[in-house]
Order: sequence, then structure tokens, then C-alpha cells
Amino acid sequence: MRYLPKSPAERQEMLAAIGAKSIEELFSSIPDRFRLRATLDIPGPYSEAEVIQYFKDRAAENSKGYTSFLGAGVYNHLRSVVTDAIIQRGEFLTSYTPYQAEITQGTLQAIFEFQTLMCQLTGQEVANASMYDGSTATTEAVLMAERLTGRQRVLVARSVHPEYREVLKTYAKNSGLRVEEIPFTASGTVDANALQAAVKDDVAAVVVQSPNFFGVIESYAPLVDVTHTAGAMFVVAIAEGVSLGLVRPPAEADIVAMEGQSFGLPPSYGGPFAGVIASRDRFVRQMPGRLAGQTTDSEGQRGFVLTLATREQHIRREKATSNICTNQALCALAATVHLALLGKEGLREMAEQNLSKAQFALSELLKIPGVRRTFDAPFFNEFTVELPRSVKIVNGHLLRDKIIGPLALGTPYPQLTKHALVCVTETTTRAEIERFANALKLALERPI
Amino acid sequence: MNKNIKKASRHTNQSEGLIFEKSSPGKRAFELPPLDVPAADPAKALGANHRRAGIEGFPEVSEIEVLRHFTRLSTWNYAIDLGMYPLGSCTMKYNPRVNEFIARLDGIATEHPYQPQELSQGCLKILRLLEKCLLEITGMDAITLQPAAGAHGEMTGLLLIRAYLQKQGNPRKKVLIPDSAHGTNPATAVIAGYEVENIKSESHGQIDVEKLRDQVTGDVAALMITNPSTLGIFEQRIPEIAEILHGKGALLYMDGANMNALTGVTRPGDLGVDVMHLNLHKTFSTPHGGGGPGAGPVAMKKILEPFRPVPILVEKEGGRLALEPVRPDSIGRVKAFAGNFGVLVRALAYILAYGPGVRQATEDAVLNANYIRKQLEGAYELPYSLPSMHEVVFSDAIQKKNGVSTMDIAKRLIDYGFHPYTTAFPLIVPGALMIEPTESESMEECDLFIDAMKAIAEEAATKPEIVKTAPHTTRVRRLDEVGAARKPILRWKPSAPRSEAAD
Repeated sequence: MRYLPKSPAERQEMLAAIGAKSIEELFSSIPDRFRLRATLDIPGPYSEAEVIQYFKDRAAENSKGYTSFLGAGVYNHLRSVVTDAIIQRGEFLTSYTPYQAEITQGTLQAIFEFQTLMCQLTGQEVANASMYDGSTATTEAVLMAERLTGRQRVLVARSVHPEYREVLKTYAKNSGLRVEEIPFTASGTVDANALQAAVKDDVAAVVVQSPNFFGVIESYAPLVDVTHTAGAMFVVAIAEGVSLGLVRPPAEADIVAMEGQSFGLPPSYGGPFAGVIASRDRFVRQMPGRLAGQTTDSEGQRGFVLTLATREQHIRREKATSNICTNQALCALAATVHLALLGKEGLREMAEQNLSKAQFALSELLKIPGVRRTFDAPFFNEFTVELPRSVKIVNGHLLRDKIIGPLALGTPYPQLTKHALVCVTETTTRAEIERFANALKLALERPI
Repeated sequence: MNKNIKKASRHTNQSEGLIFEKSSPGKRAFELPPLDVPAADPAKALGANHRRAGIEGFPEVSEIEVLRHFTRLSTWNYAIDLGMYPLGSCTMKYNPRVNEFIARLDGIATEHPYQPQELSQGCLKILRLLEKCLLEITGMDAITLQPAAGAHGEMTGLLLIRAYLQKQGNPRKKVLIPDSAHGTNPATAVIAGYEVENIKSESHGQIDVEKLRDQVTGDVAALMITNPSTLGIFEQRIPEIAEILHGKGALLYMDGANMNALTGVTRPGDLGVDVMHLNLHKTFSTPHGGGGPGAGPVAMKKILEPFRPVPILVEKEGGRLALEPVRPDSIGRVKAFAGNFGVLVRALAYILAYGPGVRQATEDAVLNANYIRKQLEGAYELPYSLPSMHEVVFSDAIQKKNGVSTMDIAKRLIDYGFHPYTTAFPLIVPGALMIEPTESESMEECDLFIDAMKAIAEEAATKPEIVKTAPHTTRVRRLDEVGAARKPILRWKPSAPRSEAAD
């Protein structure tokens, strides 16, 4: 087998050195009746060429050749080939968590740079080395707020990503957290009056997302004051990080939970991505996840180490701030390289292109008779429209034109049946937008 | 340089500042295609109060600078690609490059989790085949691929147990955890809403079965067991342990961190285990990447199947596959979308490359660990003498007499060209040296490691100072961790005082 570096003679030599007669002898501690005698019923062995062919065949059964208008927490953005070239370097790819700082300074410094970039983007003071994804980061942000306030009631805007809310509820169910939802207004923003009525001095956190699940940008001012007056933590989730190239960051938030997928990570059918938690310096000891910190070595040189580990499970065991042991280091590295490549101007320009294309797409769609904009609040690269007909039926027609249509909102939001969430990024061309608008117009004109 | 040191030699590595320190206004490393629609006015489209000015301190560098920056940083890392990485319990094995290639294929990396399922059959078939392979390997009945990591899998597994017991009327209060367990086990039990009761190992490092009989009361929901234990020793009485738990209506959870010792040789499902997680980034070779991403699928017996997290992969008529988002008894969703798909793809590629021959990997892993054990016995103290599986745990008892600790030996190993083994774990071995070579090491690499360890043992006896002050050859010397924690510096800031994150 090509991955195994031993000849039969070497195996014999090693057995002889051990003093064992056969390899079987090394497994003698497993009671005989539990030894697997049958051959495992799994396919293979495959040569490298066969492995590649298997996956190429599967790839051909997916969506190749289609143009997509899906976003909803996973975005298509341009990525430089440089990012993959870096993260495929064996020194990064095949290294472990940097517990031995002297021989993992590369990973540690990259994490430190990642933490800095995340602070700069979010307007926060401290960011961790990454979490699993945006959904679990949002949940961990709430658990952090619970520890900081000692309270167990949580108010979550219904305009937060439905799957993020589901994950939060899974964690809450067993930890005594009570999760309540705050409705949205006719403009698609959090209902500040409903929030004001609900937020009391037993609330640990108020969670909003911006741009929210409908693509709408929230105004924090009317939300943050009532939250803080009640002594609760204001938590902002961000699913589309590229928005921060143009949109004011949630500097007034106590905790920001962000999905880093938009920073150089491919959609990859939903993962792996990189979640981020950013917060205030004074809350750092209640933050979950790894942190890299700057220090000096015995000769006074700058170096980096994992720090504040006394919060973590391998030291604190049942008293840890979280059970999370891993971060998504390679994804965080990809985001770091990607953002360094984009730089200040590149990120701003990418964000501007998203905004411009989404504005153009909306204006094209609004030319179609019967298509209406659902919400009038400002948006970034996603917006919601109401169609005169079932979104699912329309999307069925669009598929014949090799277009993956916008997300139907009726399942997560029953009152938004016939409404669809359209996403347009810098990767969508004008021609594709026009082709989509045209196909949508024809689909709506078809007899049922 | 010491003539004992055969694997490593001196080399130049380049100094490199932070990316922010290379920044100069106007430089850039990425250009977008020109905008092909009318440019929107951000102030108008977003509203002036939503609009952000430039991001203060964000890097402005060119492409070659970015490439060199990260390439230079990479040279400061040790990696499997450079040599043996004997971290016990971490299973640092070869990460086949073809797995990186296929995970990036057009049609794999490009797929959106919300695209129509009829256009996702390729993705779903990959998930289905991986499920089947992992069920066959574990001997279990049902599986979820959702969890993003081992600890996430542990949590999912405990929530399954909780939901199952709840359905029967009482979720119970306690989870039993041996003192040799990974730290994630107790942390997870708390997240799942359980109290932790630590149980002491008996004198051979195994679960004390007689004592366990008394400890398993009607309050106990589960025992979390690691098998082989973190001592690298197979828990021989595991079927009996399962019976004790089952007799009291409790379940047996197995931490699958050490499946590299069992794959193809025995199946947890046949041993009485009810639920377990697998670390695909350990046993199934997906790259650790400096600390993730991973994947922690959870395999279970039939009784737990109704409680699996959504979405659930199902086979419809005509073999069409679908992900179903709703199940009445499900514990809910543990992560957005459909698991760490890109990691799952790599694990399947690994399994397909071996096929049923994956057993040979297990045999070689155990062979390597026993070879190292045999060669180092005597030079280092072996606190538990039961047969080793995929890893061996020594202690620093001999070296301690000269004031040399496991951490010192580990740091000295760096000078010899190896990554250290796991230090100071498991907790039940004072001064532990936990060594897991994996199957990926040739006899030559094992011999180099053994020579290095013997040379260090010799140094510890004759010139302990050189060991206690190691490493001597790295870019940085021992770092001030106490200072780092006391006055944390967790981000770079511009040196000249400027306005904070402008907005």
C-alpha cells in the first residue's frame, strides 16, 4: 500500500526485535471472540487515479454549469490561487495545534494576524483564533453572555439565520437557557418596540444579525441602548463578512460572532468554514476558544504562544468556558492570506462591487411585472423580493435554463411564502443577472 | 552540534515581521475584474450612517510580499511532511495529497448547501458512502456526519443519550468519566447538562470494574470510555462494563480518539458500545492544519437513531438521496448546513485508497508503537506494563532524579529534529511521555527517533543542563508564557497613536 512505508522484511525485523512471533500477538489483549475475522465490506483499494476518477464522477452529478443566486450564509467570492498555494504548504497543512511554540511560530504568528484582522474588521478589541463556523460561534457568544451576566434568558431576532437559531436552541435545551424570538418590522429590521417590551433585567443577551438573513442592514442605535439599560449583552452575528468592507462595523456590540467563509473559503457544500468571536478586552477571560498572544523568548525576541489556556478544557476540564478543543486553523489561515491579498482597497472594492451588482439586479428584477421588493431597508448583496407565484415552481422553470434560483423563504418564514432571497456577488456578471431576470420574466409568464 | 543528532542540521531561516508592518498605502495584491454594472453610491444605497470609512491599519501589500510573508512563516513550523510527529492521542499520520486535490475539484468545492438536491446527488452519494464505510468499520447501526470536531461529536453523542433517556422519562444526572480521559470529556458532559463524576483507574490503568458496579446507580446516564485508553491499553473488560451499565439502564459512550488501534481489527459495536465519535482528522488522515478543521461523526446503536441531529441523509425511491431537515425526536441541529463536507470528502478518499486493507495501517501503527516501546524500555520508566496498542506511555521518573522533566526531554527532542511527544498526559501518569508514532513512520524514521530518545536519556544522566535549557536550535528560545498570560497582547496595534477602528 503506497501510504505505508515498510517492506515485509522490515515488518519481520521489527517483530523479531519486539520478540513477537506474529503481528497477531500484538493484538492479544483484545479478547479473541471480539476479533474481526471477516474482511471489511468497504470499496477499494483504489489507486490514486481511481480515487480521482471516483470524485470526478461524483462532481459531475452536482451543479456544474449552473449559475446560482443563492447566498443565505454561504457566499461565492473571488479567491486568489495564492491562498490555496499557501495553505497547501505541508508546513501549515500537516502541522498540529501549536502547543509547542518553538516549532510552530508560523502558525502562531498567522493566528495573531488573523485575530488582528478580525478586530479591525469588527471594530472590537479582541478576537479568538476561530470557532467551527458562524452558527456555533453565535451560540458560543450567547453562552459567553450567560457566563458574564449570570442570566439565562436570551432574545434572538427572527431575522437571524434560521439555522443559527436552530443550533442555539439545541445547545439551550440542555443548559437551562430560555430562547425567545423578536419579530421583524415591515422594513425587515428588528422590531425595536417588541425588543423594548421583552428585554428585562433577566436577559443575558440580545442577538441580532447584520446584514440579517434578509440581507437587510440593521441600525444598532435603537437596539443597543435598551439592551444595555437592561444590563444585557448586545451580540451581533455577521454571516457575510465582505459587508464589513463597506458597512460600519458593530463597534457598540459586546460580542460579535462572525462567519469567515466569505474570506477565501469555497462553499464546499457547507463546510469547513471558520467562525469568529470578537469582543471587549474586559471580557476576554470568558471568551471560548484558543487565543494566540505575543510574548518574548529568553533572549528577548518577539514570539507568540497560545495563551490564557486556563479557560480551556484541557486544563480546566469540567470548569472550562467551552468544550471546544479545536479551532478551524487552516480555514483561519486561508482567511488571513486572503485578506492580506485583498488589503484595504481590495476589500473595499469587492464590497462596492457586491453592492453595485445587487442594486443592479434588484432594479432589473423590479422591471418584471408583479415582482415587488419585500423590505425597503438598505441591503448589501442580498435582498428579498415577492413573486406573483410560488418560488419553488419558478425555480423549477429556472433550472431548465441552468439557473439555480433564489432561496424560497416560505419554509423558514411561513408568512413569507412567495418571497425569495436573491444573492448577487462580485462573481455574478451583468450578463448572468440579465439572463436571470429574463428567465424569471418568462417563468412568470408561463401558464400554470 | 552533538554528533548523536542525525536527523536535523542547522539551517538558515529568515526573519519576518507582521504583515501589518510591511504595509504601505497604495500597494495591493489582488485586482478585481472591472465592474460591469453602474457603480452604486454607497452613501446613497446604504445610508450615510451605515457607511464605513477605510479600515484603519488593514494591510496594503503586494502579491510577492504576501507569498513570501506566509512562506517564511511556514518555515518556522514543524510538520508531518518534515518527519515523525509522535504526539500521543493525536494520530499525526500522513495526509495524502490526492485528498487535497479532490476536495478542490470543480463540482466538489464549489457546491452550495442550499442548491436543489437533484443537483447535489454527487455530494450526497459521497456522504452516503462515507456513512456506510464508517458503519462497517465501527459495527454500529446509524451515524451522523454533522459534528465539526471530536468535542462536537462528544456533545452530540451525549445529547443523543440525554434525548433517549428523556424519552423514557428521566434524562438522569451524572456522567461517569475515568481519570485517564481527555479533558474534552468532562467539559462536554457539562455542556450537555450533566454532572461529572470522575472514576479512578485501578492499578493497571484499567477501569476498576468491581468499583464501577457500585458507581453505576439509577442517576448515571452514561460512562464515557476511551478505548484503547489514553495509556494505549485495550480495556479488556469492556463487554462486562457495557453489561453493568445496560443493567442499570445507562449507556456506554466510547471516545473514538484511539480508533487507529482498532480499525479493521475489532469493532466497538461488537463490544457493547452504544455511541461513539470518530476523529476523522486522526484515524482517517484529514490534515490537522495547525489545529483544524476536523470532523467528528457519531456512530450509534439503533436505539439512538431517532434522535440524530438534522439534517438526516435518507435514500428515496430509485436510489435518489435527500437531506431531511425535520425529525420529530431529533436533538435538533448541531451546526449549520451539512457538516464539514470538505473534511468528509478527504476521509472518504483515504478509506477508498485502502479499502479493506485499512487493517494493515492499524497493524503497522501497533507494530511501530511496540517497536519503540521495546527499544526505549530501560532508558525510560514504563509505569504500566500491560501490552501497548497504537501508543506507549513512559514516565520521566528516571530522568527526574537529575531534575529533568518530560517537558525538558520534549524540548530537547526538537533539537534532534522531531516534534515532541505529548507531555504530562494522561494525568494519571506523573511526568508522562505519550508516544504515538502511527503507521506512517518507516523503520528508519522510528530508529532515528529511538536514537534521539536514547541520546537524550544519556544527556539527562550526564549533562542535564543541556536538556533543561533546550531547545537550542530553534528560531525562538523558550517563550515567556507567564508574561503572555499576565499582560495579554492579543492583537497588533499601529505604533503611532491613531484613532481606533475608524467607522
